[in-house]
Amino acid sequence: MADVQDATPGVPADLLDERLIQNEGLAGYAKVFWNRLRGGELGSLPVVVGLIAICVVFYAQDPRFLSSYTLVSMTQFAAPVGIISLGIVLVLLLGEIDLSVGSVSGFSAACMAVFVVDHGHSMFLGMLVGVAVGATIGLVYSLLYLKLGVPSFVFSLAGLLAFQGGLLYVLGDHGTINLPSDSGLVQFAKFGFVPDLLAYVIVAALVLASLGLQLVGRARRAKAGLSTGSLGLLLVRSALLAVGLLWLTSYLNVDRGWSYLWVLFAALVVVLDLLLRKTRWGRHLFAVGGNEEAARRSGIRVGRIYLTVFVGCSTLAAFGGLMSAGLLTSVSQSSGTTDTNLTAIAAAVIGGTSLFGGRGSAYAAMLGIIVLQAIQTGLNIVNVDSSVRFIVTGGVLLLAVAIDSVSRRARTSSGRG
Amino acid sequence: MTMVTESPVRESVLSLTGVNKRFGAVQVLTDIHLEVGAGEVVALVGDNGAGKSTLVKIMSGVYQPDGGDIRFDGRSVSVPGPAQAQAMGIATVFQDLALCDNLDVVANLFLGREKLVGGVALDEVAMENEAWRLLRSLSAKIPSVRLPIASLSGGQRQTVAIARALVGDPKVVMLDEPTAALGVAQTAEVLNLVERLKEQGRGVVLISHNMADVQAVADRVVVLRLGRNAAEFKVAEASTEALVAAITGASDNVVAARAARHEGEKNDG
Repeated sequence: MADVQDATPGVPADLLDERLIQNEGLAGYAKVFWNRLRGGELGSLPVVVGLIAICVVFYAQDPRFLSSYTLVSMTQFAAPVGIISLGIVLVLLLGEIDLSVGSVSGFSAACMAVFVVDHGHSMFLGMLVGVAVGATIGLVYSLLYLKLGVPSFVFSLAGLLAFQGGLLYVLGDHGTINLPSDSGLVQFAKFGFVPDLLAYVIVAALVLASLGLQLVGRARRAKAGLSTGSLGLLLVRSALLAVGLLWLTSYLNVDRGWSYLWVLFAALVVVLDLLLRKTRWGRHLFAVGGNEEAARRSGIRVGRIYLTVFVGCSTLAAFGGLMSAGLLTSVSQSSGTTDTNLTAIAAAVIGGTSLFGGRGSAYAAMLGIIVLQAIQTGLNIVNVDSSVRFIVTGGVLLLAVAIDSVSRRARTSSGRG
Repeated sequence: MTMVTESPVRESVLSLTGVNKRFGAVQVLTDIHLEVGAGEVVALVGDNGAGKSTLVKIMSGVYQPDGGDIRFDGRSVSVPGPAQAQAMGIATVFQDLALCDNLDVVANLFLGREKLVGGVALDEVAMENEAWRLLRSLSAKIPSVRLPIASLSGGQRQTVAIARALVGDPKVVMLDEPTAALGVAQTAEVLNLVERLKEQGRGVVLISHNMADVQAVADRVVVLRLGRNAAEFKVAEASTEALVAAITGASDNVVAARAARHEGEKNDG
């Protein structure tokens, strides 16, 4: 791109404007970071600060809170609702809501359980049925939204009630269906833990893959005459990631290690994050969430985006419900009731997905569910009444939304949208 | 003051003849003629309800005309939809710009036409380079293409919207009230852009209520009134008074009289 560069040779094509504040070196990055905070671009900082505060408080109450055993259980039990929460992130990015994910998760799990236990089909087929049930529900939702114009709040509220009824109907007079403990699902979700050595290999592969991709991206930008970030910062970040993950792995390996369930959740988060940031579909999703009319005029098939999102959300909800059933080895009348629902939605919001659409990331679901699971586990360890648990969770949710609203105002006044 | 209803000297890129459009019982456009040459800025003026926006929407494929002929590049064409208009080479910048505030400049420029690498992943590098090329070709003043649209001024947003219209290298660019919401300096910036489009040899249709803007950049002014061609001026020879009179249709005015007479002659012939 020589014609772009000819104005001032030596300066990358995207840094030519004299008004651009040049920030180089670590001090520069600190300054950029600080300006971002002041501009309401809080990112995940409030959540991380909150999580540290939670850890400190509960650790002071009872040191068992940060033991390997607790952390392993925490991640394992956070994963199913985390998977459901991923779907919520998708829906929130469009500025819509799905209140029925909990009920859908319970209903799908019940369908799977009846299919497997009562009708004697294989677990694989049962899970396929469960996921298909979720996808079908999402399909119906998107038709309601696109063809009839029913607001998502209303049809998902209807779904919340209807599929809770569906759960009771499918279970019939069973009340509870226990899954055979030798089934693949239970083995995977409840008893599956990554072997110590494999865990290290996975972490190393992950860090190297991320580093490699970033280096390739840097090289491409440099070749095209565009600015590249500081190589030092990139290396420092990768090193920190590697050290952090390896240390966490060794700490968890003292107990059972990473659960397969959590690894599955993490993999889903990474895949969804890549889909959102690096593909046409993700770009279009953000566009529709930001300005639907603009997206439509750009030739984006808006209806198709809604369809994929509603189907994706319900499918993830169903999948999360199946994992939850596997972890608890049973489906009961209380599977996926209000608690699951609101936890999934709260996690997405606490993690930093805006309720107003167009802002958020897949990692929000992961951060949010860790915070909520930490609070829940902590309160259980300290042995407080479930009434307090609900009150605290409610308070945290309110705080998260308040932070979202305030930072939105700061963004508007500092021109960050 | 001269009427230039004879076929223009330049090769016309886009030409409309006898276009009609009806909404229910209302005849919005009657027998509209419009020619846009390459490297020519045609201002489309008229009072509210004169049919300017409808005409633009017909040219950009949003509405279908009830009758009449649209010729583009010498061929008779139909414009079945906005996407086809764009593919053909007619780009439109609507008044509300239609940008996504939460996305950055690059994402907005290529929205719906993203470049891919390896068939799946977005090619951010190629898009960013192309974005800089487009913006520099307009001498646009955007500090960074990685800024979200929300942090840009009104004039910069207009610039991005115009740059986006250029992504497909169109032959005709239609601008619907590009200066309506802008301050003095930003208006000047946008007028510079219009001149740049002209230099690049593109036909420009400029809708505006601002006579000063029209007289500053347009080559010809086409006046619509109540859905008909009311008058047409060469800008160099038109006074603001004459334009305003043609727009408002003051009946004791020579322009309206000539226009009516000419219309009569044409219908007879």
